[in-house]
Amino acid sequence: MADTATTLPPARSQPRLDPRGVLTRYGAWVALALLILFNLAFTPNFATWQTLNVNLTQVCSIVIVGVGMTLVIATGGIDLSVGSLMAIAGALAPLIFLGNLFPLPHPYVGIALAFVVPVLVAGAFGWFNGWLITRLRIQPIIATLVLFIAGRGIAQVMTNGNLQVFKVPEFQYIGLGRLFGLPFQAVLMVVIVLAAAWMLKRTVFGRQILAVGGNERAARLSGIPVVSVKRRVYMISGLLSGIAGLIVIARNSAADANLVGLGMELDAIAAVAVGGTLLTGGRATVIGTLVGALIIQLVRYTLLANGVPDAAALIAKAAIIVLAVWVQRQGRS
Amino acid sequence: MARLNTAQLFRGVGRYGVLLALLALLLFGWLRYENFLGSFNILTVLRYNSMFALVALGMCFVIITGGIDLSVGSTAALGSVVAALLSPYGLLPGLLGGLAAGLAVGLINAFVIIRLNVLPFIATLATMLAASGCALLLADNQSVSVSYDTAFIEIGQGDFLGFPIPAWIALAAYLAGSLVLNFTAFGRTVLAVGGNEDATRLMGLPTTRVKAAVYILSGALAGLAGVILAAQFGAGQPIEGVGWELFAIASVVVGGTLLTGGVGSVGSTLAGVLLLGLIFNILNFENGLGWISLSAYWQSVIRGALLLLVVAIQARLVARTEESHA
Amino acid sequence: MTPLLSMREIDKRFAGVPALVSASLEVGRGEVHALIGQNGAGKSTMIKILTGYYTKDAGEILFDGRPVEFSSPQDAQRSGISTIYQEINLVPYRSVTENICLGRERRRFGLLDWRAMHAEAEALLARFDIHIDVRRPLMAYPTAVQQMVAIARAIGFEARLVIMDEPTSSLDEKEVEVLFDVIRQLKQVGVSVIFVSHKLDELYAVCDRITIMRDGRTVRVAEMSELSKLDLITAMLGRELDRVLHDAAAHRAAAASQDALLKVAHLAVGRKVRDVSFDIRPGEIVGLAGLLGSGRTESARVVFGADRAEAGTVDFGSVHEPAAEPAEAIRAGMGFLSEDRKLEGIIPDMSVRENLILALMPQLARRGIVDDARSREIVDRFIQRLGIRCSGPEQPIRELSGGNQQKVLLARWLCMNPRLLILDEPTRGIDVGAKAEILNLVRELAGQGLGVLMISSELEEVVEAASRIFVLRDGRSVAELTGDQVSEQAVMAAMAHGHDQPEEMAHG
Repeated sequence: MADTATTLPPARSQPRLDPRGVLTRYGAWVALALLILFNLAFTPNFATWQTLNVNLTQVCSIVIVGVGMTLVIATGGIDLSVGSLMAIAGALAPLIFLGNLFPLPHPYVGIALAFVVPVLVAGAFGWFNGWLITRLRIQPIIATLVLFIAGRGIAQVMTNGNLQVFKVPEFQYIGLGRLFGLPFQAVLMVVIVLAAAWMLKRTVFGRQILAVGGNERAARLSGIPVVSVKRRVYMISGLLSGIAGLIVIARNSAADANLVGLGMELDAIAAVAVGGTLLTGGRATVIGTLVGALIIQLVRYTLLANGVPDAAALIAKAAIIVLAVWVQRQGRS
Repeated sequence: MARLNTAQLFRGVGRYGVLLALLALLLFGWLRYENFLGSFNILTVLRYNSMFALVALGMCFVIITGGIDLSVGSTAALGSVVAALLSPYGLLPGLLGGLAAGLAVGLINAFVIIRLNVLPFIATLATMLAASGCALLLADNQSVSVSYDTAFIEIGQGDFLGFPIPAWIALAAYLAGSLVLNFTAFGRTVLAVGGNEDATRLMGLPTTRVKAAVYILSGALAGLAGVILAAQFGAGQPIEGVGWELFAIASVVVGGTLLTGGVGSVGSTLAGVLLLGLIFNILNFENGLGWISLSAYWQSVIRGALLLLVVAIQARLVARTEESHA
Repeated sequence: MTPLLSMREIDKRFAGVPALVSASLEVGRGEVHALIGQNGAGKSTMIKILTGYYTKDAGEILFDGRPVEFSSPQDAQRSGISTIYQEINLVPYRSVTENICLGRERRRFGLLDWRAMHAEAEALLARFDIHIDVRRPLMAYPTAVQQMVAIARAIGFEARLVIMDEPTSSLDEKEVEVLFDVIRQLKQVGVSVIFVSHKLDELYAVCDRITIMRDGRTVRVAEMSELSKLDLITAMLGRELDRVLHDAAAHRAAAASQDALLKVAHLAVGRKVRDVSFDIRPGEIVGLAGLLGSGRTESARVVFGADRAEAGTVDFGSVHEPAAEPAEAIRAGMGFLSEDRKLEGIIPDMSVRENLILALMPQLARRGIVDDARSREIVDRFIQRLGIRCSGPEQPIRELSGGNQQKVLLARWLCMNPRLLILDEPTRGIDVGAKAEILNLVRELAGQGLGVLMISSELEEVVEAASRIFVLRDGRSVAELTGDQVSEQAVMAAMAHGHDQPEEMAHG
């Protein structure tokens, strides 16, 4: 009766070894493995703790922000404000623990507050993004552009654009400390990645995120609270940006509102894209984002270690992004 | 009748709102500060903002088709480096070199978006990185001094009839842009593609070619902005241009162009650029009065707030128009 | 004189499934020709083949006596065949002039000559007695004017045949009159029109001849004036008038005694729903019948909270107003199977299991964590009970056939234990076997006390399954058929004339 064929035999999903499918599904892992093998063979002193540490600390903040970005993109959105929210959190924390904002009863209170308040503030800004998108129905790219522009300004105004230098080991543990011989920030990153991956896979909220991104109208008709899912996702992205901001300033022993998180939105989106998350929403992998960030970092490291200038690595990064997205498209068509 | 009024309001805000805001700001400045409308101040503002104006013009065309171009900032940086490197050979090689660099980036954008079918957002994100990499490679990671032996720096620092040359260039570009958008079949197709791509294709118009053309145009204008950047500051700047793309998007949106495409005006975009540019200027004057001391950093906050205001008004208007058509 | 258009013995298959079987269509010069048929009858395939959107498998097309085969809609347009789509395919933000002149602009000194183009647009519209400011954006004008602009564009391209695909679906009565005047004018200047519509009165008002299609075949060609409405509907739906299919008397009697589960009164939404009233008792299957565009789906969506009502009341259990959001309706015990499986039903990237438990998930979870063991158990039970054919619960739903996807979506609601289930075209686009299974299941569930509101274009289905039928016509309830009144001819008569019980329905 209908114009299209609807009487297909029930599809059996045999273990298909369609090279295209394999490439799209495991391409990122294969690329990562190849990169590691290449480095083991050709890069001197690759298999050392130091190399691991260097590479891990480079990707930590990108991956943490990338996790939030993955969730946002999974709902079919985008968050350009992450770098500015990092700057806000990064500017706020030293103001608090240096006692410039309000007098502190005890230094440790300041440090505790310096962990909590900036992250919550960044989360609140993230929620505001979600509010703009769901309430005023502004497209995500423009809604988050507002805080991209204004957010860094807010951070700069708070600090009057001054560099805040500090030496507070208790606070800086988040960026410089070590746990079981590993950088604490790397441990934190792994915990966040695993928690988000678990959340996406096992919780109602996680599945609702994917349902909203996969088919918003169907999700709404199935009673999924689309508006609240979106708001929460942007809030999480804000919270994670706040944490990343703290890590960056702790690592540098200084907060520079002009520089913290600059260009982070693009690094995070690149990691998400290379990791295999569908940019139009509905399919997402947090672990993939970790792999994507590692690939981008390792390519850069490989090129640098082999005498290629850093600038050329940018071009390689561009090629990887286009290739990854193109491969993804091929796999779906 | 409500429908007509909404549409009128929409048109009014889209077309004249930003102009009114700009005039109000100028009036405010003129009444409040001495020398605000003095030729030195105004010419400096125009000279400096002409680069942004060029980038925003290209962005305006891209956004009207419903796309986006994130690569304009680093394309301008690349253009400035190429122009600076070629400046010892004279004005023309420098100018054409920068332009060609931008054109090349635009061509790559068009290819990746249309042939490889990659989302504009991601495609131009990638070329943004690549252009930046090329600029750094060519410049060897540092600024490239412009030759002062040739007439090249005139493009950025010279005057013609008492008016800065970069402002002349921007003015010419906007006049040409306005002419193209309003009085050529190409321009009308650009607007139609953004308004309803399927309908435009069914009307038998060359949608693919038009989409490719706007990215190429945007690249070329960004390259030209780079040439002016190099000439104005006496150096090719491989790390300049960060955030230009988002500033350009903000100017275009403040100018009343819908980010969903299909509606846009070249003149309003110029007004958007000047409005955002003047905010910085006003802050300086305000501080000069000595009453309060607002750091220059307030400009981003105010720009962001302005953008928010504009998109919020737009969102309301669009929602109301849709309602009245349901 | 040869006819302007003659399509003969057209065959078309999609992936082996026949969509057109030796179908034909003949349109004379200056004739307004109605093309009518149910969804999937093949009329849109026919039009798309004519305009070069699809290529035919067999048959021939003669246009103006010459064999033609267009490669694209643009190609057809160049030869004088213009199509005006149901969703007006123009650019709303652009001016009227641009919408008329894009693609064949007037130039002067290489630049667009706006003055000449405005004049041309004005002249074209003046032919239809429309005098508007052509400089303003198209969206500033009502839909009827936009429709005229689309037609003016077609005429401007010197169309000799204009195809109008449900042009009146978004027009009000006055606007429809204006459109008809235009069509009559076209006729006078010798332009032919193919008019696709589901509103019978309109066909009789404006068309000269009619071609009726069913199941991919041309089943009837007649002079409009010689065909009664009842004959038309009969030919379209393929039912014999004397055939009475109805045997659900038993559960009808049982249901009649109880209080209403859902009571909808005087519902109004936009142009499509003007005054709709109906009610459902527990354990009862109620049909909502009406031709396409009569407001069936729109009414159901309001009941479920997917759209907002402008007027009217919805009583469901203790709730006395329409749900504001689907989530609210679901909590109150409703389920809604959308007519558009792809756009509003499945989440293609998710598995059968996840699609099935999508609405139930919050209840299945403990502290926000999905209980996989319980979900698997439920999913397995429903896969078995509904006979869903898939390789396993983890297979992506997009790989399933239409019928099996539909069963999954049905199970999505059944696992919630709803009190009321709204089924909008539950058997659309699925094969015969799955159709029967789904209908049997619905009957069985009603037997257990579930209230069902069923919307279907397949009259046979509704009549067989439902114990009561409300007939809608142009957004109004025009008849309620109960008991022995329920028969296909009664429904068709109400669709055609709509005045069976005017007194009763007028005040609801």
